[in-house]
Formats: sequence, C-alpha cells, structure tokens
Amino acid sequence: MTETKQRSFPTIEFTDSEAGALEFPSSTSRAYNYYKPAKLRATMYEDVTVDVQPDPERHLSQGWIYGFGDGPGGYPKEWTAAKSSNWHAFLDPNEEWNQTIYRNNSAIVRQVDLGLQNAKRARAYDAWNPAWLTFIERNLGAWMHAENGLALHVFTSIQRSGPTNMINTAVAVNAAHKMRFAQDLALFNLDLSEADVPFDGAAHQEVWKSAPEWQPTREAVERLTAVGDWCELLFATNIVFEQLVGSLFRTELVMQIAARNGDYITPTIVGTGDLGYTRNLFRLLTRDAEYGEANKALFGEWMATWVPRCLDAAHALQPIWSQPAEKSVTFASSLDAAKQKFRSLLEDLGLDSPKELDQ
Amino acid sequence: MSRQSLTKAHAKITELSWEPTFATPATRFGTDYTFEKAPKKDPLKQIMRSYFPMEEEKDNRVYGAMDGAIRGNMFRQVQQRWLEWQKLFLSIIPFPEISAARAMPMAIDAVPNPEIHNGLAVQMIDEVRHSTIQMNLKRLYMNNYIDPAGFDMTEKAFANNYAGTIGRQFGEGFITGDAITAANIYLTVVAETAFTNTLFVAMPDEAAANGDYLLPTVFHSVQSDESRHISNGYSILLMALADERNRPLLERDLRYAWWNNHCVVDAAIGTFIEYGTKDRRKDRESYAEMWRRWIYDDYYRSYLLPLEKYGLTIPHDLVEEAWNRITNKGYVHEVARFFATGWPVNYWRIDAMTDKDFEWFEHKYPGWYSKYGKWWENYNRLAYPGRNKPIAFEEVGYQYPHRCWTCMVPALIREDMVVEKVDDQWRTYCSETCYWTDAVAFRGEYDGRPTPNMGRLTGFREWETLHHNKDLADIVQDLGYVRDDGKTLIGQPHLDLDDPKKLWTLDDVRGNTFMSPNVLLNEMSDADREAHVAAYRANGTKPAA
Repeated sequence: MTETKQRSFPTIEFTDSEAGALEFPSSTSRAYNYYKPAKLRATMYEDVTVDVQPDPERHLSQGWIYGFGDGPGGYPKEWTAAKSSNWHAFLDPNEEWNQTIYRNNSAIVRQVDLGLQNAKRARAYDAWNPAWLTFIERNLGAWMHAENGLALHVFTSIQRSGPTNMINTAVAVNAAHKMRFAQDLALFNLDLSEADVPFDGAAHQEVWKSAPEWQPTREAVERLTAVGDWCELLFATNIVFEQLVGSLFRTELVMQIAARNGDYITPTIVGTGDLGYTRNLFRLLTRDAEYGEANKALFGEWMATWVPRCLDAAHALQPIWSQPAEKSVTFASSLDAAKQKFRSLLEDLGLDSPKELDQ
Repeated sequence: MSRQSLTKAHAKITELSWEPTFATPATRFGTDYTFEKAPKKDPLKQIMRSYFPMEEEKDNRVYGAMDGAIRGNMFRQVQQRWLEWQKLFLSIIPFPEISAARAMPMAIDAVPNPEIHNGLAVQMIDEVRHSTIQMNLKRLYMNNYIDPAGFDMTEKAFANNYAGTIGRQFGEGFITGDAITAANIYLTVVAETAFTNTLFVAMPDEAAANGDYLLPTVFHSVQSDESRHISNGYSILLMALADERNRPLLERDLRYAWWNNHCVVDAAIGTFIEYGTKDRRKDRESYAEMWRRWIYDDYYRSYLLPLEKYGLTIPHDLVEEAWNRITNKGYVHEVARFFATGWPVNYWRIDAMTDKDFEWFEHKYPGWYSKYGKWWENYNRLAYPGRNKPIAFEEVGYQYPHRCWTCMVPALIREDMVVEKVDDQWRTYCSETCYWTDAVAFRGEYDGRPTPNMGRLTGFREWETLHHNKDLADIVQDLGYVRDDGKTLIGQPHLDLDDPKKLWTLDDVRGNTFMSPNVLLNEMSDADREAHVAAYRANGTKPAA
C-alpha cells in the first residue's frame, strides 16, 4: 500500500477583526478624507476616481520622479492653452467607473444584438428598398470610420494628457463607447453583407476614401487627430464636430428617415451613438472665476478654426439627403436643427455663437 | 460568439482603419525606436461586442463575492498582520493600473499597426477597470475592517510617503520617457508579463491563507485580463526586433526594466508575503520559492530565453543576481526590517515577529536568525511607548540606510552600495545596475547615439531630504499620519488596539530629530565621506549586536 501525502492547508483563526469590535482613535473613520466630495456624501465614482492620479499641487510631495527627455513628466498643465483655477472640479456627470462601464455597454450590446437577431429572423432587410440599402452601404459605412478614428486617435490618445484622473477617465470611457459604437456599425455592415440582399460590404472603404461628399468629413476627422493640444482636441470634437457633423448625420438624418424607409433596425444602433461627454468640463472652464474670460476668448479662437471646417463637412454631405427613396427631411431643416442645438450648447457654455453659423 | 464568427468579426473591424491623406495623428510621445521595417503582428483578437459582456460577467462574480464576504463576516477571520500591509499595497496599486491605461496612447503613437491599436485601446479600458475595482476593494476594507486608519487617507498617504514613492515608479515608469521603453518594455514585457505573477497570483494566495478571500477574488479577476496585455506587448516586441537598430535599445531597456521591477516589486511583495502572513506551515512556499516558480521558470526560462533566437542578448546576469539577492543577500528581509524601522512614518501597523515566525524563517532561509532575529526581538521589546524611543532612534545595531537614487529602495545590501558624484551631487545606489540606470541609460545619448526621447530621473528623489533636521512629531503631523483624536499615530509597531496606553502619540515621538543621509553625505569632506562609505559597506550584513 502506498502512503498518501499528508494534505497541508492553512488554519482558520477567528480574529474578531470586524469593524466595531473595539473603540479606539479613528475606529469610526470610514470615509476617504483626503478630498472634499461635491455633495455631502461621496459617491462611489468619486471614491474610486479622485486623486488616484496624484498632483504636486495637492498631496504629491516629492514631485514627479520621471521626466520626458524634453520636459517634465506627470501631467503638466501646459499641455493645453486652456486654464483652470481648479482642474479637479470636473467630475464626470455620468459617474462612470468599473461597474457602470461594463453594465452600460453590455446593456447596449444586448439591445443591439437582440435587434439584429430579430431582424435576421424576420428577414427585415428583404423589405428595404434598393436606394436605402445603398444609403446604408455607403453612408453609414463611411461614418463608422469617423467614429473609429475619433475613438482611437482623439479620445484614446488624449486620456494620457489631462491634468486630473477625472478628466482622463471620462475621456477613456468616451473612447470605449465610441469604439463599441464604431464596431457595432461595422458588424451591422457584416450582417447586411451576409443577408440575401444586394449589399456590398466593402463599398464603405472607397466611399470614405474617395467619395466627394465624404472627403471634407474625412479631412475634418484627420485634422482633428493632428491637434496637439488635448483640450482643443476635446473641444473641437465633442463641442463642434459632434454637433455640426456627428449629430447632423446620426440624429438629424439617419434617425429621422430610417423608419420612413422601412428600416426599424438602424435607429436602434445609431441611437446609441449620441454621447454628450465632457461638456461639463467646458462649462467649468468658461465659468472659472480667474480664467473664464480668457478661456472664452480661447474657445472663440478654436471655433474660428473648427466651425468653418465642420460646416464645410456638413455642407458637402448635402447630396446624401437626396439618396433615400423617402426624403422625409431636407438638408436645410436638418442643418438648422443641428445648428440650433449647437447654439443652445454654446449658450449653456456661455460662449457667443460664431458668425459662420448664420451664413 | 463562435471562433469562426469571432475571426470574421475581427477581420471586419480591421476595415475601420485607413491611411490618412489630409493629416496624420499628432505624435505626443516620441520614441528612439524605429518601426519602418516592422512586419505587422496580430495580437489577441478582441471585439467590443464580446468584450463588454465577458467583463460584466467577471464583475458580477467579483461583486457577488464581495456581498458574500460581508454577509459571511469575513473580517471575523482576517489576520490584522496581513490586512495592515494592504493599506500600503492598495494605496499604491491603483495608480500603476491607471497609468497603464494612460500608457496606451504612447504605444499607439509609436507603433504603426492598426490591429495593435485596437488591442491597446481595449487594454486601456481594462486598466480603468483594474484601477477602480481595486479602489473599491480598499473602500470595502475601510468600511468593514477593525482599523480603518490609513485606508481613510489612502491616496494622500500614497502621494507623500517614502514607500508610496518607491511604488510610484511602477506607474510613472509606464507613462514617461521613450514611448516604447515605458509603455512596452517596462510596462508590458517586464511588469505585466513577469511581475504580475507575484503581484496578482502569489500574493492573493497568501491573502486567502490569512482569511481574506476578497483580494484573490479581485486580483485573479484582474489577472485574467493580463494575457491579452501580454499578447499586445509581445506583438510590439516582435515588431521592434525586426529592425537591427532597435537591438541596443531593447537590450538597454530590458536591463533597466528587469532590474527596476525586481528592486521595486520584490521589495514590496516579498515583504507582504513573508512578513504579512501568519501561515507558518513549513511546506508553505516562501517568496523565494514562489519567485523561482513564477519568475525564474515561468518568465525567464519560458519567455525571455526564447527571445535569444532573435539575436537579443538577455540580461542573464541580472536575473541571476536578482535571485542571488533574494536567496543569499537577504533582500526581502532587509526591506521588511527597513519598513519596520520606519514605523512612525507609516500609515499601517506592523506586527512583531514571534518565535513561530523565527522558526519558519530559519527553516526557509538558514542563517536568518543570526542576521535578523535579534533585531526583531528588539522591535518587540520596544513596541510600546513610555520607556523608550521608536526603534529607529534606539541603539539596536542598525544604521538608518542610504536611499538608492534610482529605485528609491534603500541601499540595504550595504556591501553593494555604489557612491558616485552624478550631476554635481553625491548619490548613493543600491547596485551597479541602478547606478548605470541613472548615469548611463536615462540620458540623451546612449552608446554613442542620440536618445532624445529617453526619460530622465527627476523630482525630490530622496524622501528624507524633504524632512531633514525636523522633529519626528512634526514630520508625522505634516504628513497627516495622525488618528482622529489629533494625537495618536496611525502607524504603530504592534497590533494591540485594546489598550490606549500601548498606542504611540505625537508626544511619545517628539524630541527625535530626523536627518537625511543624502544631505549629510553631501556635507561631508572627501575623507569623511570615504570613511563613512567604507564603514557603511562593512557594517551592513553583520549580525546585530
């Protein structure tokens, strides 16, 4: 008979180390005490986000211990021309952290997936008219590039650059949503190319690269990614481009006309793409007691560059309003609606509407 | 999603990238590496449609276990000796995690491969997950463990503490300097591929043996994301290897990254595992044994060595020297003794070692008692206030050490200390490699070629300089390491909370003046400094009186 090896395992010991087992100094100190929450009680989001990225102006006593070859390390405030008397005041209104990122995106994944499964089962694409199939093939196909480019080369890129963890994390989450959205559009395109309908799943590449109506949009996206100042990039993307081009295409066109063209699927996907991230940051910057006026002037300069460029992109898209069989909205009405929302946003931010909007 | 449809879906999403013609993305972070000749390497496939639900399911398991731990009164059986060290560890680790997220655009800037960009962006989101899930675990400890002091000031303490700064390299190193050095070699090829094994697998095992099954729950969930990150890193490494011009930089960075990771991670995790546990079964693996398995066999032999076939010189000498420091030079024991010496400026309590601990250490590390036993007996003898000063200010045969300018762990293997004048300042280093890191590697020129993108060592690198010639009580107060009665210290050299008289207060530590070894060194004449250094080197490893 062979001897079995004696099993070895640690011993459990009852230690009575629960909260409240004894009273002593700090025995009831059960809240993070190194920052002041925005309201009386700290939120989960604040507790897991605030001060995780240290700041020499708060608690970081030894400073940043690594530098770049050509300048200081860490998160220099000089990486943007915008100024704040307290960058830490920005908190993500969506309060995104670990659990919510996955819950929210998974909920959307399930919603989209269910919609696509139902569409396949119901052979919903069979009822689409050829003009609509072409519209989706070309235009939604082109648009998904813009979303992916912004996800990777705007939001992912600049979440290394903001001076606080709250800004950078909100931007990282913005990237995650955008990337999921871009991929959802691509996988929708794949579904359509596999359905028994005349749909060219590869056409989007040529449209994005060469179709004249999309080139100013591609140019705007590429020029956005080339901006070095992280705050300008965030402003130009989320405040200007998203209103004048993104929302114009997604909300004022696709969401308005899909149903009239027999398509109940596309709006359920495209509707998840309007995000409205980081606007609060710009509200804080324009209302900053010390730098508010300077920031407003700066944002005015940024708009002088980006509003005309985005309006050019918007105008170039005009022909696609004529492509569907059912043309339930006109380009003029869609652009007016987008401009109006942009004006409201600017008003909310305390910024003057640029003159180009009225032309 | 089936494998076939995943492959098809992945191929589809690669269609989303394009070659820009109007403008190219801004390069915010430079590199001296070149990828002109790099073949495109494909990392692990991941699409968001499957990624989000997969991670949500992992989260659900983690949060379910957290609820279970509360309902099951886990803290009735948690060892305080263990959980106190978590005040240090969990103050540090969320920053490296979030730094890893921030490092991803650096790698994206540097590497021209859209397929890798996609994998790196997913890694970015993982890292946000890791940082915030760990902050939440700490919050749970704060709310449910007997002594919340130290957890309650966690991020402030991390930012102003000597040990926090050591750990901070493990985050700042990911996000600063040459993009490939930082975000690929240091972060992914070495830290994630090698050292997360001890951080996120070996250490949680020890937590479970000490009654805490939430640390394994959270960190094993974190570790399950790492394989994708390792795949990202390996793809970039192979791309870099395709160009001969990168080889000297790769070899430089492997030496720096390996050695710095060893200095920092083995110091911390080695101490937590060896000195934070109450599990003294003789057949329980020591940190050295774990290291042999996880780092030496799994990483060095299975991952690093095969890179030699690409003509890369692997730092064999540094791997062997790390092993030598852990097994023969008492590296972990020296670090633990240093942390315990500094207890008044800690934000966690450190338990004394008992006869049972001595026996285990002697069994695992023969000769341990003759080197460290007496000191720990003194630590125990001096544990309470009233008749003695804190141990750092009592004569127990221990000289407060010089700090390594590079890795910031003190030069504890004293015979190995290097002293050199660098940038017009006398600096001390724990080893030749740390000296080389500062004087040779982190410079604008390397081996005769310009390396303008390489990082620099900056900041107030010797923590003690900030507090030179101050009273210990004032230092503790300035740091904020005081409990809510305004006088009792958070750090204590024992675990007794039942008797207020055993708890040290500001008054008990007042009257002790703290001096910076580096400031003093720089004030010495050449002759005095040489004598001082010779004595320091000779003194280090002898048994305590």
